[in-house]
Amino acid sequence: MSNLLSIITFTPLIAAVILAIFLRGDDEDAQRNAKWLALIATSATFLISLLLLFGFDPRDTGFQFVEEREWILGLTYKLGVDGISILFVMLTTFLMPITIAACWNVTTRVKEYMIAFLVLETLMIGVFVALDLVLFYLFFEAGLIPMFLIIGIWGGKDRIYAAFKFFLYTFLGSVLMLVAMIAMFVDAGTTDIPTLLRHEFSAGTISIMGWQIVGGMQTLLWLAFFASFAVKMPMWPVHTWLPDAHVQAPTAGSVVLAAVLLKMGGYGFLRFSLPMFPVASDLLAPLVLWMSAIAIVYTSLVALMQEDMKKLIAYSSVAHMGFVTMGIFAANQQGIDGAIFQMISHGFISGALFLCVGVIYDRMHTRDIDAYGGLVNRMPVYAMMFMLFTMANVGLPGTSGFVGEFLTIMGVFQVNTWIAFVAATGVILSAAYALWLYRRVVFGDLIKESLKTITDMDRREKAIFAPLVVMTLLLGVYPALVTDIIGPSVAALVADYETALAGFEAATRLAQN
Amino acid sequence: MIFADLSTALPEILLAAYALLALMFGAFGGKDRTAPTLFWATAGLFLILAIWIAASPAETRTAFNGMFVNDAFARFAKVLVLVAAAFVLLMGQSFISRHGFMRFEYPVLIALAVLGMMLMVSASDLIALYMGLELQSLALYVIAAMRRDSLRSTEAGLKYFILGALASGLLLYGASLTYGFAGTTSFAGITEAIGEGDIPLGLLFGLVFLLAGLAFKISAVPFHMWTPDVYEGAPTPVTAFFATAPKVAAMALLARLVHDAFGNVTGDWGQIVAFLAVASMFLGSVAAIGQRDIKRLMAYSSIAHMGYALVGLSAGTAEGVQAMLIYMAIYVTMNIGVFAFILSMSRDGRPVTEIDSLNLYARREPGRGLALMVLMISLAGVPPFLGFWAKYAVLVAAVQAGMVWLAIAAVIASVIGLYYYLRIVYLMYFGQDRAPLDSAMPMLQSGLLMVSAAIMVLGVVNLFGVEGFAALAADSLVR
Repeated sequence: MSNLLSIITFTPLIAAVILAIFLRGDDEDAQRNAKWLALIATSATFLISLLLLFGFDPRDTGFQFVEEREWILGLTYKLGVDGISILFVMLTTFLMPITIAACWNVTTRVKEYMIAFLVLETLMIGVFVALDLVLFYLFFEAGLIPMFLIIGIWGGKDRIYAAFKFFLYTFLGSVLMLVAMIAMFVDAGTTDIPTLLRHEFSAGTISIMGWQIVGGMQTLLWLAFFASFAVKMPMWPVHTWLPDAHVQAPTAGSVVLAAVLLKMGGYGFLRFSLPMFPVASDLLAPLVLWMSAIAIVYTSLVALMQEDMKKLIAYSSVAHMGFVTMGIFAANQQGIDGAIFQMISHGFISGALFLCVGVIYDRMHTRDIDAYGGLVNRMPVYAMMFMLFTMANVGLPGTSGFVGEFLTIMGVFQVNTWIAFVAATGVILSAAYALWLYRRVVFGDLIKESLKTITDMDRREKAIFAPLVVMTLLLGVYPALVTDIIGPSVAALVADYETALAGFEAATRLAQN
Repeated sequence: MIFADLSTALPEILLAAYALLALMFGAFGGKDRTAPTLFWATAGLFLILAIWIAASPAETRTAFNGMFVNDAFARFAKVLVLVAAAFVLLMGQSFISRHGFMRFEYPVLIALAVLGMMLMVSASDLIALYMGLELQSLALYVIAAMRRDSLRSTEAGLKYFILGALASGLLLYGASLTYGFAGTTSFAGITEAIGEGDIPLGLLFGLVFLLAGLAFKISAVPFHMWTPDVYEGAPTPVTAFFATAPKVAAMALLARLVHDAFGNVTGDWGQIVAFLAVASMFLGSVAAIGQRDIKRLMAYSSIAHMGYALVGLSAGTAEGVQAMLIYMAIYVTMNIGVFAFILSMSRDGRPVTEIDSLNLYARREPGRGLALMVLMISLAGVPPFLGFWAKYAVLVAAVQAGMVWLAIAAVIASVIGLYYYLRIVYLMYFGQDRAPLDSAMPMLQSGLLMVSAAIMVLGVVNLFGVEGFAALAADSLVR
């Protein structure tokens, strides 16, 4: 199975092509067939990707399952996973069948909807397995197209504005990264990521048009990558596209957006910024840490005042991503372990929360918090689910949300106590907005006339939530499932990072003497 | 010697002979009734010549005392021009016959224009350059005004002619200055006259005027003013032709001129070309935003695209020329697809060109909608489609030449440009329900639309080998 990664990456795409070519008509049978084919394809991808997980050797910190082929314009088609990327692949393949099942009630242009999600899955997996700069960029950017269509065609009332904002905002962030990638290619003579990880980009101060740039080329490249990943994460203050996109996207689109697409930014920081530009990362880490701390507190406060459930969860996502960037740029074992853990766990929790909103949206067609209240009276199972994921979102010990937040705060505490302090207040705020949301939607008396006939979750909906519940609790009580896999790779990353910094400092001191 | 000369230029000679014979055949064989035959015969000949040139031995031969050169670069450009002209000619046929201006002169004029283009890309002397350019331009002036009874078509033709004549004047002035200071019109002689070191001031003036004249032909800013009006006014098949083959020829001619004649002062023209590139990219992207007519939109789009191709050229390296050639090949393929679609846009049998008429097109015609979306996103340069690789190639060339600022300008312009391409996608997929377009589309047009879109997707695998040919071509030009 030397091309396992290609198989995993392209299985959904092949299914999409089959759907596009062979499935005709738009009657009920065709719609059912499209859904089943998509579900089977994504489930098959997940099952195949289990081979990857079982065949993966965590002690080996290099890339595994590597495939390499000649490609166009001097590039290589190279795939591989290491301890940092493998879990993101698993997260994607795990969530996609759930996402497909979650849009079972869609009736407009079902075939195209399924095709869009299948193509999107290929592109998302591709981002995490690509080992060539431009191949990575290709997957990274191409993912915008299906998402643009998903928001635009199947989205809510203001979908056009949201779709354009989503596309242009993230594209603008990314094009500078492309120039930076080309500059790296010209400097290092290769776009091979493992080689670039060992390449030392110059960090000597340079001056451009009278501006002294400390960290030189590394700083410029770092900033270009930062522009892209910070928008994608999204970090405060470039997060404004996310609430719009989330609110307008259909439920399944929101799930994918929150659970996987946002993780690309964090993955990018770990794959490129930190190991390739250590000097610049060290130099600019305080900036990122403070931005993260502000993001955590500010967006939590904003979330507190939202009237729209999806918007609230979107802002809460921004806050949780703040923990991730904070952990990454703490640049120690706990911080990075925590950041990866937080990303994985946020994938389950935020996906589940958006599904929770979807459940009642499907019934009532509104996301206004005011339109609900007292749901526990008629929807006990739903109230239970929503409770569990609200608690996970708050970071209650015993759920996976706790582990990530705790580890990242612990990591950053070793670097800067004040930031850890500010971030910890964010935990309290997140409890405030999440519990308040829960109280307003679920508790109280059921007085609204329109809610008197609402029905509880059906079997399909329960089946969708079951795997998410299992994962959230399992990772909460036994986090070693994740940390055992990522640990050695993260340790190697941190060690390399510190060696590079020490080497640079020694060189600078030598130059000064 | 004369036989060797003739055999070097044999494809051109055959095409010239064919054009004259076709004219005779048309004039004496029944006027416009012969037009359909001539369409197919001309396109067939183009394709045969293209295959012949592509299969001819890889060597550099000069003829007519160095006025005419046949090298890998010329062959690459010629094949591209011929193939593009053949498909554009054929796909316009149904439109022309439906709207009642089926004239036998049209294929003949196209054949002459293509002949001019083939001479242009092979020119290795200022006289040969001018001859090829004027042969092409004169034919194009006439076909722009081919709908004599249409006010806008004649206006487009006249506008094109006047501004084109002005550009030719600039070019000639530059050529005469160059001749005056270099004492020769041959490219090799000019290179010798410049020698090593700085370019003499007179030659620099000549160079600037030559570039200005050629910038008009590729519609680079600030010599672009004619483009939107001519694109809009000319009949759509003619617009499709303007957007493809002549652009390739003029761009190749520009590359030939700056590398063959001024190859040892790349820095001097590199700045000018870089300026043209930046201005074209930004103006093309910004001005297209407000357009409501798809032909005008494509005009601004082609201005912007020429800017990107010039980015490759301004690098002044073999990689840059290679990137430019790849860019042009991909650009032509995309434009053939898009114009195949524009040709089919009609409502109740009348052609429409408003962008708004595309509302929810993809819901009614999912296949074609998808193809057009792929082409639009490819034009915008979003991966994974080929349009991205075209931009990637020129960006790499620019950064390799140390012009990072140019690359940054290019990507920022591409974000601006993305907006109006996305607008078309948005209208097709989630616009409002308005009066629909006719769903009929001739086989050939829909075929070309689909094939062009398929190339944009499948080309990611290996670029269909264009990369290697472009590299050969670039190496033969930049030594």
